[in-house]
Amino acid sequence: MSALLSVQGLRVEIAQRHRVLTAVDDVSFDIAAGEILGVVGESGAGKSVTGTAVLGLLERPAYQAAGRILFDGRRIDTLDEDAMRALRGREIAAVFQDPLTSLDPLMTIGDQLVETMRTHLDLTQAEAVERAARLLAEVGIPAPRERLASYPHEMSGGMRQRVVLALAFCCEPRLIIADEPTTALDVSIQAQILDLLRAMCRERGTAVMLVTHDMGVIAEVTDHVAVMYAGRLVEVGPTRRLLAAAAHPYTRGLMASIPDMYRRDEELMQIPGSMPRLDAPVPGCAFHPRCPQALARCAGERPPSFTTGASQVACWLADPAGRSAA
Amino acid sequence: MVAKDTILSVDRLTVRFDASPPLLKRLVTGAGRRTVHAVEEVDFEVARGSTFALVGESGCGKSTIARTIAGIQAPTGGSISFMGVDIAGFRTRHAAMPYRRNLQMIFQDPYASLNPRWRIGRIVAEPILTHGLMKPGAALKARVAELLETVGLSPGDTAKFPHQFSGGQRQRISIARALASNPAFVVCDEPTSALDVSVQAQILNLMKRLQRERGLTYLLISHNLAVVAHMADAMGVMYLGRLVEQGNAAQILARPLHPYTRLLLDTVPNPRAPNRARARLSGEVPSPLAPPSGCAFHPRCPLANARCARERPQPIRVEAALVACHAVEEGRLPSRPRANENCLAIPGDAA
Ligand SMILES: Nc1ncnc2c1ncn2[C@@H]1O[C@H](COP(=O)(O)OP(=O)(O)OP(=O)(O)O)[C@@H](O)[C@H]1O
Ligand SMILES: Nc1ncnc2c1ncn2[C@@H]1O[C@H](COP(=O)(O)OP(=O)(O)OP(=O)(O)O)[C@@H](O)[C@H]1O
Ligand code: SF4
Ligand code: SF4
Ligand SMILES: [Mg+2]
Ligand SMILES: [Mg+2]
Repeated sequence: MSALLSVQGLRVEIAQRHRVLTAVDDVSFDIAAGEILGVVGESGAGKSVTGTAVLGLLERPAYQAAGRILFDGRRIDTLDEDAMRALRGREIAAVFQDPLTSLDPLMTIGDQLVETMRTHLDLTQAEAVERAARLLAEVGIPAPRERLASYPHEMSGGMRQRVVLALAFCCEPRLIIADEPTTALDVSIQAQILDLLRAMCRERGTAVMLVTHDMGVIAEVTDHVAVMYAGRLVEVGPTRRLLAAAAHPYTRGLMASIPDMYRRDEELMQIPGSMPRLDAPVPGCAFHPRCPQALARCAGERPPSFTTGASQVACWLADPAGRSAA
Repeated sequence: MVAKDTILSVDRLTVRFDASPPLLKRLVTGAGRRTVHAVEEVDFEVARGSTFALVGESGCGKSTIARTIAGIQAPTGGSISFMGVDIAGFRTRHAAMPYRRNLQMIFQDPYASLNPRWRIGRIVAEPILTHGLMKPGAALKARVAELLETVGLSPGDTAKFPHQFSGGQRQRISIARALASNPAFVVCDEPTSALDVSVQAQILNLMKRLQRERGLTYLLISHNLAVVAHMADAMGVMYLGRLVEQGNAAQILARPLHPYTRLLLDTVPNPRAPNRARARLSGEVPSPLAPPSGCAFHPRCPLANARCARERPQPIRVEAALVACHAVEEGRLPSRPRANENCLAIPGDAA
């Protein structure tokens, strides 16, 4: 099975006046057509930066310093600005964490949808308007026809996010990079949007990179999960397996912090401390200052990615040689 | 009657927006005026030192209530009594100042809510200066550093700009700013929806610790019902601008009565039971431009009858909750299987 998107050894650096920071380091993953890859991890771990790099939208002072990004077997990180823009409008769509950055405050949402579709698809004005109204209905916007005339500021946070989703879906892209697409939405609209995403994957073979903090969403729609910590992938594996038996101590801590609907504890489990800052990277395993299972070597040696079953785990505990040696 | 320990009392609060096309267009096309019924006759009280959560569909009016309480949005009708004073009645920002100091807000969107051109130190110091609590100087600097440490940031961050922080870090900055004027009441609109679950746990633990130590009162808006279950003492469930069920949070989550609340709880994705069939709300999402007659939920309610389409249900008390539903009043509500903790089935792949 060949991947529709293949990210290989991606490294993103941020240039500062006196030094260079590394926001994303040695990140590799594949997404096949029709597959949904969930990306989770600490706030600031580099999830959005990774998505932005795939989209070719990194802006100074951030830049890709190493690695390759392949879309449908073709290298896209070396494309020029115009070629990349054409690809982005038509074949790769983005849904950003912040809906306001994707919407033009001075244009009605109907005009924005119609303009996007007419730029990339061969549609008449009337056909585009028709399709815009249908898309708004599909993402659960009430009174879609009347809402075409609304401006973004006249809508609630969740409604704006649904408009952004409609914009992403409108040209039937082959790859969607969705950064927190449903966090602003209530659970019933969220379920509706996730159904829609899943249907697109199944019926049209759309591939999705879905960044989310919601483990419920991960459990429901993703096929594989990638866990990021301090700019690196620490665990990648099939969703069911990762949720049932996470291997990396950070992933386990993450799972333990989820509040439970049916239990009310005074304190939630929390991983002590915080992720190292970009300007103060930690040698060895970046998680070692917080890791309850850290070994002596963890502070000095960075663990490579080990394959265990169907998962990849960057932790010395997963080292088959280390386990027998220790 | 307002109980003695009530810090906030919202009475028949109504907020409407005029969403009419421009006059000229109305004249040409014959289109009428259009009004968004964002919040309709909402009543609730919040006890000092407690957490009141608002939940409900996107667009049902939660943020509008939050903004109205915080004084950013003017109400169309009704009153908001905060610490015994009707703050909705203030005509000028100046008159409201002494109360505003006690009432701060954390917004849904950590991207839009921080001024991108201000350094963190200025952002956090701003409420202190606005309310004249301190003068610029070393003491103010120390206070800002202390606030940043309280929320888990470093005092060295004061010279940075918001774009240099991740979403989670920005939300901590918002919390530091909200705490700066030492408020009694904090309106938290989706405070953790931009955060990963481990930082969320830290922020929720921080909010609880601050509540214990300073007696803070929270109005919490969240789509995450597990967060609500963890934080709220009381909760209100909104549907299309109205509160349909409110009362003790533990009771409502364990034994929801209103058909909408029941559907909402059945729709929650559960990471510990990924293959559970989630309920789906069927039917068209109603429009706040033209709310359905009678009970606004009737076009989508499995229990709706002719009376529901005609007559708006009034809230009635059931144990520690108030519920506005004819089926509850008429005693024709089916019993609901008790929600229990589902276990995750471990897939059969070899380790
Ligand atoms: N333009 C920039 N200048 C400086 N630092 C940046 C810039 N963009 C991102 N960063 C830093 O890069 C790191 C990764 O950020 P990123 O936005 O990818 O995190 P994230 O995993 O998406 O977090 P969240 O879950 O909070 O959205 C963070 O430490 C952030 O502060
Ligand atoms: N300035 C405005 N002009 C016109 N309509 C508005 C305005 N602000 C909000 N509305 C409308 O009022 C209704 C309630 O919006 P509100 O932001 O309170 O929803 P919400 O419950 O917070 O939703 P979400 O969960 O999506 O944030 C929505 O229909 C929205 O479109
Ligand atoms: S490599 Fe060591 S410190 Fe890092 S997660 Fe594994 S055990 Fe913990
Ligand atoms: S009043 Fe009628 S329509 Fe409304 S929730 Fe109750 S049963 Fe359903
Ligand atoms: Mg992000
Ligand atoms: Mg809102």
